[in-house]
Order: sequence, then structure tokens, then C-alpha cells
Amino acid sequence: MKKLLSVLLAAVMMLSTFTACGGGSGEQTTDDGEKVLFIGGSGPLTGDYATYGTSVKNGATLAMEEINAKGGTNGYTVKVVVEDDQADPQQAVQAYATLMDDGMHVSLGGTTSGACIAVTEEVKKDGLLMLTPSGSQLECTQYDNCFRVCFEDSNQGLYAADFIKDNNVGTKVAVLYEKSNDYSNGLKESFEKQAAVNGLEIVTVEAFTDQSNTDFSVQLQAVKNSGADLLFLPLYAQEAAYVITQASSMGLDVTFFGCDGLDGILEKIGAENVALTEGVMLLTPFAADSTTEPTASFTKSYTAKYGATPDQFAADAYDAVYALVAAFEKAGLNPGDEGFNEAMVKAMTEIEVVGTTGTMTWDANGEPDKNASAVVIKDGAYVAYQ
Amino acid sequence: MNFLSNLISGLSLGSIYALIALGYTMVYGIAKMLNFAHGDIIMVGAFASIVFINNLGLPMILGVLLSIVVCVAVGVLVEKIAYKPLRSAPPLSVLITAIGVSYFLQSLAQLIFGTNQKAFPKFIQVAPVQIGELTIKGESIVTLAVTVAIMIALTLFINKTRMGKAMRAVSEDRQAAELMGISVNRTITITFAIGSALASVAGSFYGLTYSFIGPYTGSMPGIKAFVAAVFGGIGSIPGAMIGGILLGIIENMAKAYISTELSDAIVFGVLIIVLLFKPTGLLGKKINEKV
Repeated sequence: MKKLLSVLLAAVMMLSTFTACGGGSGEQTTDDGEKVLFIGGSGPLTGDYATYGTSVKNGATLAMEEINAKGGTNGYTVKVVVEDDQADPQQAVQAYATLMDDGMHVSLGGTTSGACIAVTEEVKKDGLLMLTPSGSQLECTQYDNCFRVCFEDSNQGLYAADFIKDNNVGTKVAVLYEKSNDYSNGLKESFEKQAAVNGLEIVTVEAFTDQSNTDFSVQLQAVKNSGADLLFLPLYAQEAAYVITQASSMGLDVTFFGCDGLDGILEKIGAENVALTEGVMLLTPFAADSTTEPTASFTKSYTAKYGATPDQFAADAYDAVYALVAAFEKAGLNPGDEGFNEAMVKAMTEIEVVGTTGTMTWDANGEPDKNASAVVIKDGAYVAYQ
Repeated sequence: MNFLSNLISGLSLGSIYALIALGYTMVYGIAKMLNFAHGDIIMVGAFASIVFINNLGLPMILGVLLSIVVCVAVGVLVEKIAYKPLRSAPPLSVLITAIGVSYFLQSLAQLIFGTNQKAFPKFIQVAPVQIGELTIKGESIVTLAVTVAIMIALTLFINKTRMGKAMRAVSEDRQAAELMGISVNRTITITFAIGSALASVAGSFYGLTYSFIGPYTGSMPGIKAFVAAVFGGIGSIPGAMIGGILLGIIENMAKAYISTELSDAIVFGVLIIVLLFKPTGLLGKKINEKV
């Protein structure tokens, strides 16, 4: 009988623990009794794309610490949690569910496009505001409550073609893209379209797939024969690292130009190959060496805290947290209030944020309005293109 | 020009396949088993080089040579632990075990080195050679030269030494060889050692050519090399060489003149066609089954 009683007691205790953390998206407090605004997101913290997720986590965490050090927002302490999703849509949805169980108020979505799109389906059901730092594919903002900090893919291709034309970076352009990757396809298509508008001559378009993403000798040979002076690489950093090292060993002399996917190339290519990246250009609104605020102080504190120069993903995430806090202040409602999510979504289109990636406003489609610029790699560091 | 440079890069890719295919074909010829973990030995070798050169700071060439020792040790160990107890088991059990070993090695590498790709040290610096308009990658020349040298050495070893003779004997008839006083187990162990050493060399050249390696680096070249071994006639050493080199050339030519996306499909398509007309591969011997 005694045994039965103790089992019962234990069961009751277990139950009460569950109820305590099953608060959903209502009011949350820290151990000290402070009120908490819970911002959650996911990104690849392990795996091939781990640099992206780690940067997002670091950038968002830094923003959180700065805001809390200044006393939080509207009496709330900001709490940021970034879970690991290995860039996998299924794991991103699981991470999202975990965060919702823990009582998330606003979402940072996913870091990579595929994962982020999966999360948009969930936030559509739950209605909360989502602001992805770096989900660049069109569908990442397909619902009214989804926003992003980075440029959309097709805009990136367009801006890249404009930038190359305006700054006279190259005239005979070759393109090498990954046919099995949506990001790469989107950029390639919009780039080709805008290049035609701008009168840039595309001399060859070469492709590969994720089954053949290590040997580029044939494609690079074709680029060489085409007489191109610029090679547009709408790729992620690992593939670009392969391309750049192989191009160097076959004596191909072109300017490499990529978009935000190329961010992180310096780490991917390895210390001994860094010299090969000299002159590589990438379209990104963030340059770590910028002297304007808030970028300069962001770079300084990020470098001090993590011992690495921030990349665009870190900057996007940092801006995302500040933007969400700005929207929270604008909305003027408390998490758990009736209509909190709707007010947050509405506030997103009304705020203006001076961030590390430029001054941004958002339209109802969830797209940011900010200036495009490019950085060039000099002596193993990203430098703003003049 | 275009054709020539694609041919040369195909030759260099093909020689890496050939080095790996030699391991497949020798093990098959002598132990009558398909060692699907063979591809992952390449990855072990490449990671071992990185550890010796980058983490322990050894001279590059020494690091690459030591990685051969590591691969031989791993290859022999795998044979002793996983395959030897199954010597008289049905071939299917051995095959499944080999696949298990392959996954084990991949996961182990993931645990130790993480899933990120790592830059491979350029242990031989060779400038591209310029002949008229033709540029040949320095790595291609070194890879080709070393492969040819290894193949000649291996052929001499098999045909001229006592050990080579023992290998041929075991391959022809294991029981008869045992009756003649040849230690079958020792012969098989040495076969694994040689195969793993070749895989390690292939791993180093793979790293040199492509600059990056990861835990899954060995799997695709491993499969291609297996195709090459079957293509050339599994069990035949010259067959593996020819198969590997032809496969590399076909792959590059398919990429250059047909489609970069369909090159793998074309490579495997060629294999199917060859097997339709010559079921034992290009140089495979026809074996009459005695019932």
C-alpha cells in the first residue's frame, strides 16, 4: 500500500512538472521572475553547412546580450534559442516544435532556405511572426507572417548582374551552377535575365549536380576556352572552394563573383589555400571592415566574443533580433495578449531598422528594402568594394 | 586542345580509379569477396595524412608515407576482425559485413573529425605545364607517373616473386594451394595489406587533386572503382588498370561532349553494355563451373 502511494505521489509530481512547462506561447518568466520575450530559430550547427548556423546563433546571441545589458525591451528580457537542424527540413520542423513547446513567442525561422520553407508551413498554422535571417529562396516568405533580412534569391541574381555592369567588374561572363540545388538555380536564372537586360555577354553556362560536385576540370576547361574574364558562382562556399582551388591548379585566370552563399569561403577553403581567394568578390550588404555604425561596433564585439570575424549570416541574425525587438516595441502588446501575433506582423511593415546590413524597411510581402553592395577578399579578409 | 586537356584530366582521374580498383580486384581474385569497405580506406588514408602533416607537423612526404602504414594496419585489422571469422561463411554474409565495415569507418571518421570537409595539404607542389595552348595540371602528371610506376611494380611482384606466385596459386584454387603448403590466411592478409596501401596512395592523390576531403570522400570513388574493376574483368590486375583509366576518360568525355549532369549515368550505362556483351568484363577469364 505504501509502495502504491509513493508511485501515485511520484506520478502526481511528474504531472505537475509537465503542466508547469506546458504554458504554450503565454507569459514566461525567468528564474528571477523577469518577464521574457522568447525568440527561437534553427540552423545547421553541425554538418556541411555548420558555418551558417553557427554564425546565425552567434549573431543572434550577441544581439540578445546587448539588448539585455541595456535593460531589455518594454520591461522584457530577450531570450534567444537557436536549435540545430543540420539544414534538414524535417529536423527544422522538429526544432520548431520543441521551441513551441518551450513557449516561443516569435520565430527566426530556419537559416537555410529548404529548412526555412518547412518552418513557414508551421508558422502559418500557429500564426506567429517569423523573420528569417538568411532564408533567401522565394518561398521562405510565402505567407503573410513571414519576413526575411537577407535578399531574395532572384533579387540577388539581379543585383549581381547590375553590380557587375555598373562597376565594370567583367564583360565576358561565364556561369557555373549546381543544377540539383534550388538556391543555385534561382540565382542563375535571374542573373541570366538581368545580364541580358544589361548587355553583359554570357559566354558559357556550365552545370554540375550534387553527385558530381568534386571534379570541375571539364567545366573549368570550358570556361577557360570561352575566354571569360568573370566567373559567376551562384554556389555555397564548399563547392566554391573546390572550384577555386581547381581553377588555380589549371591556371584559369578569372574574377570569381558570388552571392551570400559564398560567405564563409575563407574558413572552408582552409588556411593554406587562402591566398587563392585573393580578389574573389561576393554580393553582400555586409562588410565586416565597415567603419559606419552599427557595423563597426558589431564587428568589434563579435570578434572579441567569438574570436572570429563576423560573416553575413551573423550580421543578418544580429539585425533580425534587433528588428524583432523593434517590432515588439512598436506593437506594444505583451506576449500572450489577444492579437499579439497579428500586431507583431503589422508592426514589421511599419518599422525602420538601422542594422549592420544597412537601413531596412519591410513590405507586406516580407521582403526587405535595403541597398546592395559587394565585398572583395583582400589578404584573407572581406573588404568593402570601392 | 580542349580534347587533349580533357583527355589528360580523364587519365588522371582514371589513374585514381585504377589504384582503387586494383585493391578491389586483388581481394576479389584471391579472397573471392567484394570488400565494399575498400573505398573508405581511401578516406582513412587521406585523414591520416592530414593528422600527420597538420596536427603533428611532420614533413609532408613523411606524413603521406606514414598514412600508408596506417591504412595497411586498418586494412589488415578489418580483415582479421571482420572477414577472417567468415572465411567459410556464404558470400552474402561477407558482403553484408563489408558494407557494415564501410558504414562503421564513415561514422568513426565523422565522430573523430566532424562532418565538415577539410583542406588537404598540397604535399607536392607542381606548377601547371604549358605546351602551346595546352595547360596540364601538375597534379595530373604526378598522379599518372606514380600510378604507372606502381602498376609496373605490382605486375612484377605478382609475376616474379614467391609471394606473387602464392597469390596466383590461392586465386586459382585455394584448397590445392593449401595442400601445396601455401598459407592461405597469410596470403590473404598480404593481399589486404597491398590493397590498402594502394588505397592510401589513391587517397593522397585524391586529396592532392581535389584539395578537400570529408568522411564520405571514399564512397563515390569507391563505387566507381568497383565499376572499373568489373568493367576490366574482376580478378584481373591489368583489367583493373585498363578499366579504371577507361572509366576516367569516359566520364570526362561524357561531361565534356554530352552532358555534365548525365556523366554518371553514361558511365554506368557503358558498364551495362560491356557486361551484356562480355559478362566477365574486358579481360576477365571465362571460368567453366564444374558440377
